[in-house]
Amino acid sequence: MIRVQNIKKSFGDVIAVSDVSFTAPDGQITGLLGPNGAGKSTTMRVLYTAIKPEAGQALIDNIDVATQPLDARARLGALPHGAGLYQQLTARENIAYFAAMHGLRGQQAKDRVNEMIDLLEIGDFADRRTKGFSQGQKTKVALARALVHGPQNVILDEPTNGLDVMATRSLRKIIRKLRDQGKCVLFSSHVMQEVAALCDDIVIIAAGAVSMTGSTEDIKQNTGTDDLEDAFVRAITPAGEMLR
Amino acid sequence: MSHLSTVFFKEIRDNFRDRRTMLSALVFGPLFGPIMFAVLISMTLKQATDSKTQPLELAVIGADYAPNLINYLESEDTEIEPIDLTTDEAVEAVKDGTYELVLIVDEAFGEQWTDARSARVSLVMDNSDSSIARKGRRARGMISGYSRQIGAMRLLARGVDPSVMRPITIDEIDTSTPSGRAGLILGMLSYFLLFAMLAGGMYLAIDTTAGERERGSLEPLLTLPVKRSTLLIGKLLATCLFMSVSLALALIAFAVVLQFMPLQQLGMSVDFGPKQVITAFVVTAPFALIGAALLTVVASFTKTFKEAQSYMNITMLLPTLPIIVAAVNNLRPSLTWMTVPSMSQHLLILDLVKGEPLQPMFVAVSIGSSLIIGTILTLIAIHLYKREGLLG
Repeated sequence: MIRVQNIKKSFGDVIAVSDVSFTAPDGQITGLLGPNGAGKSTTMRVLYTAIKPEAGQALIDNIDVATQPLDARARLGALPHGAGLYQQLTARENIAYFAAMHGLRGQQAKDRVNEMIDLLEIGDFADRRTKGFSQGQKTKVALARALVHGPQNVILDEPTNGLDVMATRSLRKIIRKLRDQGKCVLFSSHVMQEVAALCDDIVIIAAGAVSMTGSTEDIKQNTGTDDLEDAFVRAITPAGEMLR
Repeated sequence: MSHLSTVFFKEIRDNFRDRRTMLSALVFGPLFGPIMFAVLISMTLKQATDSKTQPLELAVIGADYAPNLINYLESEDTEIEPIDLTTDEAVEAVKDGTYELVLIVDEAFGEQWTDARSARVSLVMDNSDSSIARKGRRARGMISGYSRQIGAMRLLARGVDPSVMRPITIDEIDTSTPSGRAGLILGMLSYFLLFAMLAGGMYLAIDTTAGERERGSLEPLLTLPVKRSTLLIGKLLATCLFMSVSLALALIAFAVVLQFMPLQQLGMSVDFGPKQVITAFVVTAPFALIGAALLTVVASFTKTFKEAQSYMNITMLLPTLPIIVAAVNNLRPSLTWMTVPSMSQHLLILDLVKGEPLQPMFVAVSIGSSLIIGTILTLIAIHLYKREGLLG
């Protein structure tokens, strides 16, 4: 379970996140929805401890990421925005590297890597160097790498960016599989349809603050429209003048 | 510890497969110095042997006035070309390069000679050209040799011991060994070694920060439950290993090149066998830590691989500064200088190639200070790696 309470973060004069709070429970896909520059990536970076919040708290399975970053990261599988691979290593070696860094050794590590290759259906190119992989292939390998230690919590920052329809579909299938295994999945996107198609719960962020939370139906009801796009636009409008 | 070795071995494997890194570490870095060396030495050698073995070409005005002198010069391997010019014309001919050297024998030479007075000749040449100046010295040496010889004979003919002409005889006792002279040229050796190391580690150092960031692999790496300092140290150790391999290859290449260079002809003797190679490695290898940490620190301020690369080129010149200071001031190894990285390695290697024994104390201080400074730079690199700004 992931819990974020009133976090705040600025870079110089720019306030990236002013007040974000939400809870992403286990066995659910929680969508972090917002326009570009709303603070989605910053919130996620706080969660996987790449940056420290100035105020507020972020908890992963009730572990404070600020005070126990290593323990928090051990329970987390994160796919940062635009995650890159080591091009001179094969897909398998990329995944095995992360397995070793999570403390998996020997046969256990090999088994886990093979499980991931099966889960993400990347067996055809698992033993090729990742240089020249398509965006879809890269994303799958990066996701396999992030999941290799079987984390309870999974954070995906705009994972469908640059993927074609087929790749997006197979990615959704994998994410649902994770949910059905009882994992807590936090998924960010700037596309309403994307989030609506996948997420059980939606957190809409605009200009660094949460403007609305709930299921797709809740959000349609709150904004008084049946059209998803209109609902999204209305949900972020109070801070609309700050849109970039 | 296991995280550290995981990072270390992954970096080795990753970079081992990268053609650019391998070329820089195993080919360009280590071979640049030895090849420069071979070219420089064979050029020096060619000049030195050329001027000795080839006959000296000498244009002479008024050769008929001094047949004895001309005979003597011809017997000393000089090709005489009698010409007919005035003094002014001779000066012009030397200025425009028609002749390199012109010897002018005065009309009165024969008369003065038979009267046993000092007979006069002039030598026209351009001293600013070093190869002509060398030929001029050779000509002057021959003429004054002949002059001394005749002078001594005239004194003997008058019953005077020729040594009255030499109230003082100077005996020089030259303490420089032939290999001591070699040190002048071999003074560059230390920089080539440091250069080879930096070239060997450059791409790894860039990859640690700017490279990983540009590729987008840095952020996933930071999501792992591993301390950032462990990541950095693992990468740094891999960089040190590549640098050490480059150093070893450069040393072996030098040993091979020096083996095939006919240095004895230059009056040098250099003993650079396996023992010297190993000693030089032990003395120089601690610089790897300084180099690796320095390159990493510099690279961590840059945004892209290209930007990092341009700063690297400047950084690779840094070790020349202490070496230039040492060379210009003709410094000798001392405890103080042993604390200065790059200078200490330079001074120790210089002594090593001169065949002088290395003082264990100096070696210890050099290694110790390099490791201490390297550790400080490593701590700075770790500090920079922990910044949030690292993500760019």
